Amino acid sequence: MSTDKQLLNKSKIVVVGNGMVGHHFVEEMSKHEDYEITVLSAESRLAYDRVYLSSYFAGKTAEDLALTTPEHYDELGVIFKTNAKVTNIDKLAKVVTTESGEAYPYDKLILATGSYPFVPPIPGGDVEHSLVYRTIDDLEAIQASANVSKVGVVIGGGLLGLEAAKALKELGLETHVVEFAPQLMAVQVDGGGGRLLRKKIEELGVQVHTSKATNVIVAGDKHRYKLSFSDDTELETDLILFSAGIRPYDNLAREFDLEIGARGGIVINNQCKTSDADIYAIGECALWNNFIYGLVAPGYNMAKVAVKDICGDEAEFTGADMSTKLKLMGVEVGSIGDAHAKTEGALTYTYENQPEGVYKKIVVSADKTKMLGAVLIGDTAEYDTLLQYMLNEIDLPEAPEGLILPMAGDKPTLGVDSLPDSASICSCHNVTKGDIIASIDAGATTVADVKSCTKAGSGCGGCAALVKSVADNEFEKRGVEVKKDICEHFAYSRREIYDLVSVEKIKTFDELLSKHGKGLGCEICKPLAGSVLASVWNDYILKKPHLSLQDTNDTYLGNMQKDGTYSVVPRIAGGEITPDKLIVLGQVAKKFNLYTKITGGARVDLFGARVEQLPLIWRELVDAGFETGHAYGKSLRTVKSCVGSTWCRYGVKDSIGMAIELENRYKGLRAPHKIKFGVSGCTRECAEAQGKDIGIIATDNGWNLYVAGNGGMKPRHADLFATDLDDETLVKYIDRVLMFYVQTGDRLQRTSTWLENLEGGLEYLQDVIIKDSLGINDVLETQMAAIIGTYQCEWKTTIEDPEALKRFKPFVNSDKSDSNIQFVTERDQIRPAREEEKIAVTIIDAAVETV
Amino acid sequence: MNTITDKLWRTICGSTDLVTDSGISALLTNETGDEAQIAIFYIPNSAEKIFAVGNYDPIGKANVLYRGLVGCINDEPVVASPLYKQHFSLKTGQCLQEEQSISVYPIRIENDQVQVLY
Repeated sequence: MSTDKQLLNKSKIVVVGNGMVGHHFVEEMSKHEDYEITVLSAESRLAYDRVYLSSYFAGKTAEDLALTTPEHYDELGVIFKTNAKVTNIDKLAKVVTTESGEAYPYDKLILATGSYPFVPPIPGGDVEHSLVYRTIDDLEAIQASANVSKVGVVIGGGLLGLEAAKALKELGLETHVVEFAPQLMAVQVDGGGGRLLRKKIEELGVQVHTSKATNVIVAGDKHRYKLSFSDDTELETDLILFSAGIRPYDNLAREFDLEIGARGGIVINNQCKTSDADIYAIGECALWNNFIYGLVAPGYNMAKVAVKDICGDEAEFTGADMSTKLKLMGVEVGSIGDAHAKTEGALTYTYENQPEGVYKKIVVSADKTKMLGAVLIGDTAEYDTLLQYMLNEIDLPEAPEGLILPMAGDKPTLGVDSLPDSASICSCHNVTKGDIIASIDAGATTVADVKSCTKAGSGCGGCAALVKSVADNEFEKRGVEVKKDICEHFAYSRREIYDLVSVEKIKTFDELLSKHGKGLGCEICKPLAGSVLASVWNDYILKKPHLSLQDTNDTYLGNMQKDGTYSVVPRIAGGEITPDKLIVLGQVAKKFNLYTKITGGARVDLFGARVEQLPLIWRELVDAGFETGHAYGKSLRTVKSCVGSTWCRYGVKDSIGMAIELENRYKGLRAPHKIKFGVSGCTRECAEAQGKDIGIIATDNGWNLYVAGNGGMKPRHADLFATDLDDETLVKYIDRVLMFYVQTGDRLQRTSTWLENLEGGLEYLQDVIIKDSLGINDVLETQMAAIIGTYQCEWKTTIEDPEALKRFKPFVNSDKSDSNIQFVTERDQIRPAREEEKIAVTIIDAAVETV
Repeated sequence: MNTITDKLWRTICGSTDLVTDSGISALLTNETGDEAQIAIFYIPNSAEKIFAVGNYDPIGKANVLYRGLVGCINDEPVVASPLYKQHFSLKTGQCLQEEQSISVYPIRIENDQVQVLY
């Protein structure tokens, strides 16, 4: 570690301000030794992420937004002071002084003081519930005010203003946006895009008022305040939020004679130096080429340039691309380069689809060879491609309009291969394609590696897909192949094993192992083979040759719990159950003293069954007409449903009837992973079908079919697969989709990841299933029919087979029970005893026996 | 009087009680009343063919190992815990993933009888 003497020799860097850009400077500067960095921040918090500020209202905390911590700065050896406002700069002595009188000498001074929200001087505007949207403290004030308000007005319809409006809407206020210009987002979006954007924002319940200049704010009649506009109209509100642009914090520079622009901002040169050679300014307080950059990416660039310059390396800030892509209240908005076609001779192509709410415009050079800019509203799918065309001056295709037209048969796509190495992929962290390739040269082997070593995609995240395709393309070129071998015993993927089993008519694991594998197998390939054999041949899974393949859950037909006991889950198709059967469940649970809980899948879970109790419990359940619920299997679990048109005032079809039919049709089907269905009787979607592997929603004209949704660890909204299907077609499509999944899915791959990894995605799946593009639908249907035709309740088969029942004896040589399984009572039911609660029964038992 | 140290080959069950490539459990009781649960695995394709180890999973803390899947990892015969899937060597009892081990018992098949030395 450095001693004081060494510290004295270090060059002193003092950074004023700890916003995102100031923090970025500190991170970059601290990579170089020989500099002592001191951060002076007027705020009480260290740097936090302002780009994601609105997520504060979605539950993120100040800690979540923090970009650094005191510990982190300590680790970097950075000295930092919060609540330390700098009030004096002595340029000659090279010392800054804080409000409290502490002096900090510097060799190089960095001004990263940022900006503040501009509040237009409207008479009556300086009142209690008149707020701005800039810092976490501001958000706290907005939240507090919203709690005692009903109506909120945002003054300013720019990017930040719309973000602020979203926040007010989420806080439950009736929300208005007032804009001086005739349209929203006038900087980034053209008139046509602005019109559509307005329509979409209004559809979301935010009222937009354009061409409005606020003259005065007075007390309101119905609400707290009244805004009077220059056109003699009025608007009442409880809360006023100003978002009318930013102004640079340049007061230090003003007071201590650094050069200032005519309309504010600390003037800097290409090295980010101010008029004093030892003072730099970066970020939103800096004025470069008479322009203030209000985005984080150019600020980061300035920080990097300043660091390089201090270290004696050559670097220049030469302006920045202000293109931006974002989602405002769910509306996708993209703006690239010369969005307003101001370049001389610029030509535009426009596509507008009012029914769908999509507007796309590209601006090209007079000779139609180069992309100059673009505006995208409602759909920004082409943003990355268009941006790359512009940034890298790539020659446009013959008919540039094809880039934004839908259904253009063979849409010209821009392969990542055609990008030059200098192509900027992540503008937040200024990562080029060359940087990504370099990280792979340096040993990155996954997209995650690439992201963590280049930081690409960790800013706004908008480039994530592009980073992945650049990296994947590079991996592919190098022949890096993701190994699909399931384990050391089989050099095949699950799909390949499936094909081997069905093509070679392999019926047992031993046969598969001797023909295509090696060793004894393991806990990965055995259950996989068991599942595939069950999918292809649908034998009773506990038949002798298959018995040793099954995971314990399948062997004992229950889910093993942490103490070695099992849970018992009978099938309750669609969640429909008669009172008599419900009583049976209660009686069985009571008789065997089982912990009882209603599951999320609308059935009843009975916990705490010892191995030896399972056949006794199931004997009673089977006798009462229950079947196994396959809660233990990689197979169909539940079909969740609402009551549908039978009972519900709103239902349009018999969803519960359909749910029961489907659950009974697919019960027992073995698949790569569990499968869940949902059937809703109307668009209110009470069954949450769009979060299920297979989701069905009734419409006036039939059923809409959704596929590949998921809840749980990685929620995914299902994709709409087909609409207005009749019963027969619906079932036919589900048969095919499920069987295709069973055949091609990877081990433990849910339908959501399966579809995401399926080359061609949803469209491909639709081609296969609806248009029969592979010509396999007959086979898929025949296989499904065979599986449905050979269904058997595994528990019924098991309890009738004396040989199978031997498995449920606790010990081969004793009828005693496992004394380590012990329960205690909690909330009137059993639960497994914790280690410290257990009684050492073994010894007591033994003692009793010897007596 | 037998002491705990007197180890004998004792018959546990018949060889027809074994389940191929799978496990069963047995309760060992000696004359002093001490009890121990073991898991017995019958793997005809392995060199040893039959193995006996403690049934208690020291990681999952439950008597469940006989319900684990058997196989091999780098030619070492193993059982995978049905709770958290760690592998235990059937020859040495050593866990391949953590610093844990289970006991191993000498076992043989004599005249269709499965016998354990304890």
